[in-house]
Amino acid sequence: METDLAFDDDDVYSFAYLDEMTKRMIRRAILKAVAVPGYQVPFGSREMPLPPGWGTGGLQVTASLLGRDDRLKVIDQGADDTTNAVSIRRFFAEVSGVATTERTGEATIIQTRHRIPERALTEDQIIVFQQPQPEPLRRFITEEAVARKIHAFARYGVMYVRLYEDISRLGHIAMSSDYPVVVNGRYLASPSPIPKFDNPKLHRSRALALFGAGRERRIHAIPPFTEVKSLDFADYPFTVQRFEACCSACGAQDSYLDEILLDDGGRRAFVCSDTAYCAERRGERTES
Amino acid sequence: MKPRAREILRVERLSKTFGRVPACSTVSFSLRQGEVLGIVGESGSGKSTLLRCLAGRIQPDEGKVLVASDDHVVDIWAMDEASREQFLPTTASLIHQNPRDGLRLDISAGGNIAEPLMAAGGRHYGSLRATALEWLEKVDIEGWRIDDLPEIFSGGMQQRLQIARGLATHPRLVLMDEPTGGLDVSVQAKLLDLLRGLVRELGIAVVVVTHDIGVARLLADRLMVMQRGRVIEEGLTDQVLDDPHHPYTQLLVSSVLQV
Repeated sequence: METDLAFDDDDVYSFAYLDEMTKRMIRRAILKAVAVPGYQVPFGSREMPLPPGWGTGGLQVTASLLGRDDRLKVIDQGADDTTNAVSIRRFFAEVSGVATTERTGEATIIQTRHRIPERALTEDQIIVFQQPQPEPLRRFITEEAVARKIHAFARYGVMYVRLYEDISRLGHIAMSSDYPVVVNGRYLASPSPIPKFDNPKLHRSRALALFGAGRERRIHAIPPFTEVKSLDFADYPFTVQRFEACCSACGAQDSYLDEILLDDGGRRAFVCSDTAYCAERRGERTES
Repeated sequence: MKPRAREILRVERLSKTFGRVPACSTVSFSLRQGEVLGIVGESGSGKSTLLRCLAGRIQPDEGKVLVASDDHVVDIWAMDEASREQFLPTTASLIHQNPRDGLRLDISAGGNIAEPLMAAGGRHYGSLRATALEWLEKVDIEGWRIDDLPEIFSGGMQQRLQIARGLATHPRLVLMDEPTGGLDVSVQAKLLDLLRGLVRELGIAVVVVTHDIGVARLLADRLMVMQRGRVIEEGLTDQVLDDPHHPYTQLLVSSVLQV
């Protein structure tokens, strides 16, 4: 057994919670995922101090990436101050002692659920997605062996059936989140349940995107500057949703908005889902 | 004299055993464009195994299945799996006895026809929709039912829909496993009419497996009689049925009820 080099004497946990051998195994899976963009690499998912479905996959990926100099940002539905985001950020601060931030520009690693920050990411950032279901075919193909063959032979016709059915029944493609993409012209992949509004941000993104699915034990990646194409038909091209309103707090017209009910009379307002973006635009200091 | 039509399928000494049971033994035949070959025989005679070997579903122990592609002939069982999966869906269609095996019941009729087209690379909704409508019309399903689920269709309609789905990609070769099984006689008659029309119109090569002599007589140009995995008699349909030589064929023909 190798000595656990990062084990701190006055601390009960290894650096970033996972033991060094586990982190090495996860890093291998990550390297493979980066080498084959969009391909789901199996990995030995560990039990985490969080229920599966709350981001155990993202947690393990982040744990294996963190170094002493990193600065971590965690968001949930775009916000830094929701329960899940706060507890994951505190968790890593506790078990690794790395610096945390709410500012997108300052973070080196951003762990996220359901959103990609509005501020464009840079080449020295990594975005880690918590992914409940990494298999985009799962809704149609229940057998794993069959799904893998479809990936191997790149016969993705079945995925278009969903698009066809949506258009014939509703007149448009109705998927608004977890909208499947083809990565690097080869593998069909799920971008995790981000709104399709965020799909274009994945295309030729400067930052490395890693997707961890803890319960399903899969990791896949979109390396920097990789082609990411959302599925569509020639005569029904992919489009993102538009908002009539602008953010009532910062006035942004280009961001993804959350709808807030203001009273029982049905008054409502829209605000940026990305809280850090909104705060920066309002000129507030967001350091916790 | 008309030049002979192109050879679409040639089977050479195909054999398949399941454990100690020989399902097919050294079966050989060939099939040309526009031709319909009937395979008759009782249950367990190896008809369906043979058909599955041709459709790329079961790998034969020995022998070759040669299928014509655009410019050359390929042995489907000598190809690697990826190329076979690439080649077969656009070349050969398998029509199942039970339409539920060949259709997706939870997606619309139009979606069922469009799926193989999309698998082959169709990415234009408008033209997929137009093709689906065109095929529904060809198989006598009214166009307004295009968005209905096949689950609510009658058995005969489901079977016609399966045929539309199988033919929409313009395969060269169509393999049918008891296409009229489980349908009542008047629906069977209509379906046979439809199939005959389509085969003539499209000039496809068809292998139809059946235990129904009537179906064989109506559809097939040539007939192969199988018993215990062997081909015991073959020839033109009328020849085989009107003047059977092998005792088993004689039994088969004489067992048909006369009305």
